[in-house]
Amino acid sequence: MNSIEFIPIPHLCKQYRIEETFITELHEKGVLQLKIVEKTYCLHQDYMPVFEKIMRIHDDLHINIEGIDVILNLLDKIEELNNQLKKTQNRLRLYE
Amino acid sequence: MAYIQYYKVLGLDKSATEAEIKKAYRKLARKYHPDVNPGDMEAEEKFKQLNEANEVLSNPENRKKYDKYGKDWQHAEAYEQAEKQRGQYANAGGGSRAQYSGGFEEGDFSDFFSSMFGGAGGGGFRGGGRQAQFRGQDFNATLELDLRDVYEKHKRTLTVNGKNIRLTIPAGVENGQTIKISGYGGEGMNGGPNGDLYLEFAIRNNTTFKRDGANLYKTVKVDLYTAVLGGELVVDTFDGSVKLQIAPETPSGKQVKLKGKGFPVYKKEGQFGDLYITYEIEMPTNLSAQERELFAQLAKLRAS
Repeated sequence: MNSIEFIPIPHLCKQYRIEETFITELHEKGVLQLKIVEKTYCLHQDYMPVFEKIMRIHDDLHINIEGIDVILNLLDKIEELNNQLKKTQNRLRLYE
Repeated sequence: MAYIQYYKVLGLDKSATEAEIKKAYRKLARKYHPDVNPGDMEAEEKFKQLNEANEVLSNPENRKKYDKYGKDWQHAEAYEQAEKQRGQYANAGGGSRAQYSGGFEEGDFSDFFSSMFGGAGGGGFRGGGRQAQFRGQDFNATLELDLRDVYEKHKRTLTVNGKNIRLTIPAGVENGQTIKISGYGGEGMNGGPNGDLYLEFAIRNNTTFKRDGANLYKTVKVDLYTAVLGGELVVDTFDGSVKLQIAPETPSGKQVKLKGKGFPVYKKEGQFGDLYITYEIEMPTNLSAQERELFAQLAKLRAS
């Protein structure tokens, strides 16, 4: 298994062929959390799935950062509601 | 292999302009993109169809070929060959690129597409390539277990995408619960991290117990005489049995709680929920004449 924990932003930008300003803007607008490691902005690998999702939404659907933020918040809400729905469905089995 | 009506997929007719195709595709993609429809297989399927329709109709060469042969696409190759011989080679299947990524790969296009245009039209997918270049792909799997299996913590070996993974399944896992197993997805490339494995549990309950989180529920039958006069009753719990004292004049539907006799609490070793027993009073049937007489006497006593 790979043991990378923090991915330097310049490296990430090279891999995904994007501008660093895009990621720093995501950070400044509170959409993506970055950490400074050895004077370099880095992304924790746990945030990679959300980073990739942001990239897809941005590239595929041409949505700006503010729009992406709204989408991510709504997706969180959907996930929360889905979890509640699963719990409720499990409880309903009590009455079957 | 069925003929696919690409115009219909995009809600257009054959006379649609390039701009109309682009507009229809983008509008529908915003609606069906997998990232904004998590867990919705229908939307995912629809999105694949949109990508395919766009791949064909937004590429002038592909569109020309599709329009030309239509339902006769199975003979397209033969026609093409004939035309080629006549020196009128049509450069179909040119290298266009799909607009949308969504983590799709070539295999996501239909057999119809592959047969008519060959693979992914020569261009490949932007997103598929991008994902494969760094972080590994996430895998999703469902593990079916019986309720009894998750009463205790246990080890299990799963085979996901040809790779054996040894897992410890914690006691008390819920039906529908998903756990993330970091790093057990696809392998990262160019120094990228591995993807993750998302494992969803489907818990079958073949027992006489009903479960609500860590609490268990069970209905037991109590004969009328024990319910009226009181007595003892042996009841099965999930991992054994207990002897219960039935109080005299116990009503039907009465519930008793057996503390700590429920299901293990998830990730809290040694902690258990409660078991709720509901009594259901069983009426005697096929009464003899003497029994009926005695019940009549009881009824009279109660009335007086």
